[in-house]
Amino acid sequence: MNIVVCIKQVPDTTQVKIDPETNTLIREGVQSIINPFDMYAIEEGVRLKERFGGKTTVITMGPPQAENALREAIALGCDDAILVSDRAFAGSDTLATGYTLANAIKRTGEFDIIICGKQASDGDTAQVGPGIATQLDIPQITYVKKIEKIEDKTLVAERMTEEGFEIIQTSLPCLLTVVKEINEPRLPSLKGKMKAKKAEIISWKAIDIDADEGQLGLGGSPTWVSKIFTPPPRPKGEIFDGDPEEAATKIVHLLKDRLN
Amino acid sequence: MSIKIFEDKCTGCTLCLNVCPFAAISMKDKKAVIDRDKCTLCGACLDSCKFKGIEIQRSTNKTPHLEDYKGIWVFAEQKRGVVQPVVFELLGKARELADKLKTEVTAVFIGHNITEHAKQLIHRGADKVIVVDSPKLEHFLDEPYTKVLVQLVRKYRPAMFLCGATFMGRSLVSRVAVKLHTGLTADCTGLDVDPKEGFLLQTRPAFGGNIMATILSKNHRPQMATVRHKVFKESEIDKSRKGEIIEEKIAPSLLTSRTKLLDIVEEVTATINIAEANIIVSGGRGMRGPENFALLEELAQVLGGAVGSSRAAVDSGWMPYSHQVGQTGKTVCPKIYIACGISGQIQHLVGMQSSDIIIAINKDASAPIFSVATFGIVGDVFEVVPLLTRKFKEALRR
Amino acid sequence: MDYLLTEEQIMLRDLCREVAEEKIKPVAAKYDREEKFPWEIVKILAQSDLCGVYIPEEYGGMGGGILELCITAEELSRGCAGIALSFAGTALGTDPILLFGNEDQKKKYLPDIASGKKLAAYGITEPAAGSDVSAMQTTARKEGDYYVLNGTKHFITNGGEAEIYTIVAMTDKSKGTRGASVFIVEKDTPGFTFGKKEEKLGIRASSTRELIFTDCRIPKENLLGREGQGFLIAMRTFDMSRPGIGAQAVGIAQGAFDAALKYATERVQFGKSIASFQGLQFMLADMATQIEAARALVYSAARQIDAGVKDVTMQSSMAKMFASDVAMQVTTDAVQIFGGYGYINEYPVEKFMRDAKITQIYEGTNQIQRSIIALNLIKESKKK
Repeated sequence: MNIVVCIKQVPDTTQVKIDPETNTLIREGVQSIINPFDMYAIEEGVRLKERFGGKTTVITMGPPQAENALREAIALGCDDAILVSDRAFAGSDTLATGYTLANAIKRTGEFDIIICGKQASDGDTAQVGPGIATQLDIPQITYVKKIEKIEDKTLVAERMTEEGFEIIQTSLPCLLTVVKEINEPRLPSLKGKMKAKKAEIISWKAIDIDADEGQLGLGGSPTWVSKIFTPPPRPKGEIFDGDPEEAATKIVHLLKDRLN
Repeated sequence: MSIKIFEDKCTGCTLCLNVCPFAAISMKDKKAVIDRDKCTLCGACLDSCKFKGIEIQRSTNKTPHLEDYKGIWVFAEQKRGVVQPVVFELLGKARELADKLKTEVTAVFIGHNITEHAKQLIHRGADKVIVVDSPKLEHFLDEPYTKVLVQLVRKYRPAMFLCGATFMGRSLVSRVAVKLHTGLTADCTGLDVDPKEGFLLQTRPAFGGNIMATILSKNHRPQMATVRHKVFKESEIDKSRKGEIIEEKIAPSLLTSRTKLLDIVEEVTATINIAEANIIVSGGRGMRGPENFALLEELAQVLGGAVGSSRAAVDSGWMPYSHQVGQTGKTVCPKIYIACGISGQIQHLVGMQSSDIIIAINKDASAPIFSVATFGIVGDVFEVVPLLTRKFKEALRR
Repeated sequence: MDYLLTEEQIMLRDLCREVAEEKIKPVAAKYDREEKFPWEIVKILAQSDLCGVYIPEEYGGMGGGILELCITAEELSRGCAGIALSFAGTALGTDPILLFGNEDQKKKYLPDIASGKKLAAYGITEPAAGSDVSAMQTTARKEGDYYVLNGTKHFITNGGEAEIYTIVAMTDKSKGTRGASVFIVEKDTPGFTFGKKEEKLGIRASSTRELIFTDCRIPKENLLGREGQGFLIAMRTFDMSRPGIGAQAVGIAQGAFDAALKYATERVQFGKSIASFQGLQFMLADMATQIEAARALVYSAARQIDAGVKDVTMQSSMAKMFASDVAMQVTTDAVQIFGGYGYINEYPVEKFMRDAKITQIYEGTNQIQRSIIALNLIKESKKK
């Protein structure tokens, strides 16, 4: 079975601090990590390979330093890694990103299952996974919390919904986006880390993926940022650090009308 | 495609340095210089320059017949005939925008045996409802729903298309936007229109949450956006409103699907939907153990609210994931949010900071949660929470 | 601080640190409270290839030595020394096989230990034979192709959880310490049962249990080395394992110190952080220096063993003794820095202090270590 896992390198938001003066993010010294949701995609991709044989290829679109994310994915058990990187991709919105990744996946050859995290923690759009599926014209199951079975070129999965979950069957090849509930990602193994250090990362530029230039990067992106602004900070609150009884009394008094 | 700084216009004011989310701009000889390795062409700097000194050259690709696209569509998500509440919120916003643009609001209603429910969409603000009714559309499946919407958009050419950022909505419109080759903005927290140009101004948090970006799809139609539940207010019901119900027939060949729904399972735990709660009492690592969440449940019960949790408490196995508030959990905006023993990491804050009133209880006076708190109590949760429970009980006579 | 580690050793250290931070720390208090054996962590160690860091590659390990073992024990102990002991206790039970096992024995037992499928344990201590090994009561009587074991071992780390036990027993009581031999005994061998599980002050995630042998017949192929070599094997095993205890102690001390330093910079009294008071600064400086000294001694002993230096008894004892005394001192000071908060279980430092104590006691009390060091010093001075 050929499995492709798509990942994204994102800033580690657990380290992001806010500058109290300007109310903007302090980005200096913030490390890059694999998008947390993609860790579940990698784990599932590796588990499927362990169960059914075949290989798991990890792929990312990003700047050259995204190579580190790919090496980490190899340490976690992926076999091959592909970095899709070119200045021509700069400014890509979700449409252009989906197009680029879909073209890169086509170039990898035959595939059975593509797995993505449900969304990236820096953009939170959840659009790229379905975008890739649409570009490749394959079915998708989003928000997968469990793969129930795979046999005879069909896959059955549990898809999370607001009320619980749905059990959905799809033909292969297909694309899945996965949620946290699907597994508990392993830590890298020592052998994996050693392999990752030496592994050769395949690097593709725009010309390597047989893409229509007009659909790449900024030119292929219908959405533009027209303005950015910092939201007004919340008005300063009232902090009680004395007698808790007094504080509780005062807060209850101020709020009780809103509750009735 | 590239970014350019006009040296003659650049005054070296450094305004653009501060807004660049990727620290790609620096000053050299009192002029702004762009580090092309860091720049992602996101466009954040353009608006910051008061002298029009930065330009990003963009392609002029356009949706053909762009000016023919008119009106605002709302995807009326339904499950078993029940229209989802986010639809009424979108209809409220769409009505407001349509009135500014002097155009129509159309709800698109897909399912089976649903025609009788279509009228309520008109009562909630739609001028027209397009109903597509077929046994094959009884339950949501990505492919047939996508094909139906794509066909309808091509036929009717709406200028804007709004959809709830639900599990269904996000999966569906992501496919639709690609098929239509148009722009889609996820999770908008604000929507407005530019009546002169007919642009949909889509505002959402960007680059990690604490910067807001307004996003446009100038050259593509429809301009598509998803909005999370509870971001906008539901429209009022007005039974006197009149409108048109259009029944569309779709060729059966478009209703095929490579996916099949085998079963629907409703889970009790998932139905305690904290996103719906008006009052949330949330606990974090400071609760020390699962047994102590009983204290929060008592308070929640007195207030008629639900119990939420930080990621730390979920990761420790104290609370199920369905209760998690924050970036990797649910976004909530209740009337009152009470954070107990939650330090307030940014991931938690982005999920709850639009709550009307935030009460924070933490023994560490320097905890970041206090920076968003309307009321903060520096103290022991195990003392303060029972106190609040007792006082609210007395005050509310519950 | 640069410890002159190779790239692979740094990789190992970083991985162990990740395991400790992400997997061990979050559950340390729970295991300490419930005294349950940390199988879920053992599974993670196995998956990460950590169970066999010190086992040669030909037997499925990663081919490292005692330094790799020490790095692993230290880093895991920073998270929880009790949980780390599932690994270190296994290493202790495996050392006799590594040192004296024949090819068949190594092939049979080492791969499962290296893969983490099975844990090992080492059985020497008895109710009446603690520091005085010669008072051992457990006997092994030869009967045809079998040895028949009788007796009771107690305070055995990994007891009841391990599959493979290396047991010291008397084959000829009349010869005293020269009458001891070492055997490999597998769990579920008829006549081999487990007695009381101890409730302990610290390292509570570790299982400490009685092993009871009642006419337990084991095949004669399970004899390690030769009959009568038991005492030698035991001593050589300790030479190899004591730096590991030192490493565990360094890990405990470092874990407590990290918590104390963080607390000292965050805790505000009299309007400033308590770390700005000189009384605390001196404490922190002394703690950090002692930890560095202990680590240097441990790494030095480990490197000597790995380099094949012949007599490492003294270095091993010094490393174990010094590091464990440092652990006790540093964890006690860490509790002091936390003040009242240090004395309650809401913060992890009281646990570090409880865990530290055992490192001064097991694998030879620190009094025994001092005797060993002194005897070696006297022996060497006579050579001159």
